[in-house]
Amino acid sequence: LQINPLTMRLQEMIRVIRSARTQGEERGIIQRECADIRSQFRQGDNGERSHSLAKLLYVHMLGYPAHFGQMECVRLIASPRYSEKRIGYLGAMMLLDENQDASLLITNSIKNDLSHSSQYVQSLALCTLACMGSAEMCRDLAPEIERLLRASHSYIKKKATLCAVHIIRKVPELAELFTPSARTLLSEKNHGVLHGAVVLITELCERNPDTLVQFRKAVPELVQIMKGLVTSSYSPEHNVAGISDPFLQVRILRLLRILGHNNDTASDAMNDLLAQVATNTDSSKTAGSAVLYETVLTIMDINSESGLRVLAVNILGRFLLNNDRNIRYISMTSLQKIVQTDHNAVQRHRGTIVDCLKDQDTSVKRRALELSLALVSAVNIRSMMKELLIFLSVCPPELRSQTASGIFNAAERYSPSKRWHIDTILHVLTTAGGDVRDETVPNLIQLITTASELHCYTVHKLYRALIKDIAQQSLVQVACWCIGEYGDLLLKGECEEIEPVQVTEDDILDALETVLQSHMSSPATRGFALTATMKLSTRITDNVDRIRSIVSIYGSCIDLELQQRAVEYNALFKKYDHMRAAVLERMPVMDKNSPGHTNGDTSGEIKEPDTSKPKPVEAGLLSEPASQKHCCVYVHVVPTVSVYEKNGLSLKIQCDKQTETEVTVTLIASNSTQNDITNFTLQAAVPKVCNHSIFKLGSVFAHTNSRYSFQQPY
Amino acid sequence: MICENWIRFILIQNRAGKTRLAKWYMQFDDDEKQKLIEEVHAVVTVRDAKHTNFVEVFICGLTCYTLFPLQFRNFKIIYRRYAGLYFCICVDVTDNNLAYLEAIHNFVEVLNEYFHNVCELDLVFNFYKVYTVVDEMFLAGEIRETSQTKVLKQLLMLQSLE
Repeated sequence: LQINPLTMRLQEMIRVIRSARTQGEERGIIQRECADIRSQFRQGDNGERSHSLAKLLYVHMLGYPAHFGQMECVRLIASPRYSEKRIGYLGAMMLLDENQDASLLITNSIKNDLSHSSQYVQSLALCTLACMGSAEMCRDLAPEIERLLRASHSYIKKKATLCAVHIIRKVPELAELFTPSARTLLSEKNHGVLHGAVVLITELCERNPDTLVQFRKAVPELVQIMKGLVTSSYSPEHNVAGISDPFLQVRILRLLRILGHNNDTASDAMNDLLAQVATNTDSSKTAGSAVLYETVLTIMDINSESGLRVLAVNILGRFLLNNDRNIRYISMTSLQKIVQTDHNAVQRHRGTIVDCLKDQDTSVKRRALELSLALVSAVNIRSMMKELLIFLSVCPPELRSQTASGIFNAAERYSPSKRWHIDTILHVLTTAGGDVRDETVPNLIQLITTASELHCYTVHKLYRALIKDIAQQSLVQVACWCIGEYGDLLLKGECEEIEPVQVTEDDILDALETVLQSHMSSPATRGFALTATMKLSTRITDNVDRIRSIVSIYGSCIDLELQQRAVEYNALFKKYDHMRAAVLERMPVMDKNSPGHTNGDTSGEIKEPDTSKPKPVEAGLLSEPASQKHCCVYVHVVPTVSVYEKNGLSLKIQCDKQTETEVTVTLIASNSTQNDITNFTLQAAVPKVCNHSIFKLGSVFAHTNSRYSFQQPY
Repeated sequence: MICENWIRFILIQNRAGKTRLAKWYMQFDDDEKQKLIEEVHAVVTVRDAKHTNFVEVFICGLTCYTLFPLQFRNFKIIYRRYAGLYFCICVDVTDNNLAYLEAIHNFVEVLNEYFHNVCELDLVFNFYKVYTVVDEMFLAGEIRETSQTKVLKQLLMLQSLE
């Protein structure tokens, strides 16, 4: 490399800047240099100014402002000397963009340089236009570019084709200008020009469906070119790892994909070629794999025969076994796109995909997880679930919630049995209870109620999980609910599907009290535990007093929800003891979408009426039943009725959710006063002919300016 | 069916985050450029041999002055590490990763030949020459010339003109 004295100054400056020991020192040096550069711009000759600009560009690369150099670029581009032009153009590419006014000023220079006698000057102009040419500049200069496409040296043609691509991206209407010349470029032998031509044609076809139809006629020609590349012997210039110009092959394949998409004739014409490329390309190095990968993408996107598709899926399967992690990753990306359409073909590779769950790269793991979940079916559910549960226990935290939801969905669709389903959900809750969605708790409870033959088994299992660990809130909540509900079964001790263990009433109450007192339990969880304890008062025989004392202790708990519940349960013991058994009896099987089903905080809540402020439901809403057996309810359609409006408290009744035998009545209470309303209770009276299910009520502590709704299904 | 398969930018950064080359094929503000440089640096420097060479990044709030608004779009960074330098190419998510991986290697091999066993300092002191190499091999966001011999021949020609 020759050493130009002026270049030395540039390198010297770079050295000085690099020797700065602190940011502050560097800034000082830069400031001095910029002052120097500015004075050079004002008075130096062209040679000095071009080197000053070069210095300024370096400073710009370090992140410092350099807009005062913009006009210099314009000036230097107009210089007759190559070395100055070149810096000027580089500066234009780095400092000017279409938003700067100065960029327009160089349009004329570019125009002149495009017809310069030196191809290197032409090349500078082309490059700059392709890099930062605005729409306006493109419009001005498009005819020049088109001319260069047809009549110039291949060195220029290469650049001109890509410049044309840039122009079309900026000003799509100019596409037709380049279409004729693009076609003729396909017969070029020069790889660089051919590559550019293919890119240009691709761009034209993507933008204009008519042009696409036109270029379909070129499919045989493209096929020929590809054949030449694939079968040609060693061509040193464009060879990469034994593959002849893989970049050109990839671009041609992509163009073929666009041309063959949704078109039988074109697809047929390329069928043999694709099979040839797929079988003959050596995939031991990345270059070959890149070509194979593009081939697979093309096969999957055109109307290929089924044999070819199978070949493509098999290539992807082979990629899965490749040592190179990159290749495994892209294979799974593609498999995911076709797992719905070519399900059986992808299923054959399920084993390898599941193995990829153990890869060290999280993005590979994620792909493997998504694919695995897509491949779960009724046939393989047991073995797949085993793998997925193992994965759940070791997977990175960012994938846990996706895995848990995927497992739940799969279990929901393909469970071989209810017991398996419950076991699976319990397993997930034990391993990753913190990462599951909120609906999991009520969903699981609902599932458990429907599996009545498994109540004994379920409550035993949950009890054992509970005494082992009370940290996973969702698990603890479900466990408490079950214990409260099926505590009697727990005490019986035997259960066919689980080894018998003797559980005493005290054991159960100990467990629930531990949950109540633990700082790990969330307020919602403690609510579950308290209600469960209360329910047990009708299911156990000896320790009812212990329950009474627990309940009365919590009557002064700081947590308002717990306090409220405890006070009410206390009242249930004292004044309403005669109703206690009925109120706390076994829950009926829940419908998936019944109104009280959602909302983990308040499910299972039981409220007993207080005599202080009775609010009877208007009898007029319900009329005579049609028969004795079925309670058919004909409801006067009364959308919303205001039933009480006084002292800032307003009550409305709303009827909705009718089925043939059931209607849901909602009471909406609003408090518009400045104070809280306490001791707000609801008492419902219904005619004897109607059954009503147990209330589900929210908290009865009406805050200022709030609304609460209480629902009562009849 | 407009395909967005072209290079958005090429970056060469060192481990400390210093940019040795930044070639943009799409319109960005100076602030956006800075932000992108920082994001790319943050994302690639935490990866090692047990990761793939592809990272999907989600770039928000990018305004693009071309005809296709690209806000909140998913991109991919394909990168390769050579000693202390990261060579990164930003492409669309649907692009062929392996082909660009090869393109990076092709480019590095040319640099190596041109600067005779290139090292980071060569790229620093001859930054304008590096841009010339890039412009010989990539143009308008596309791969332009893939033959190493051809590129090197041109580069020597250009050098003699200076």
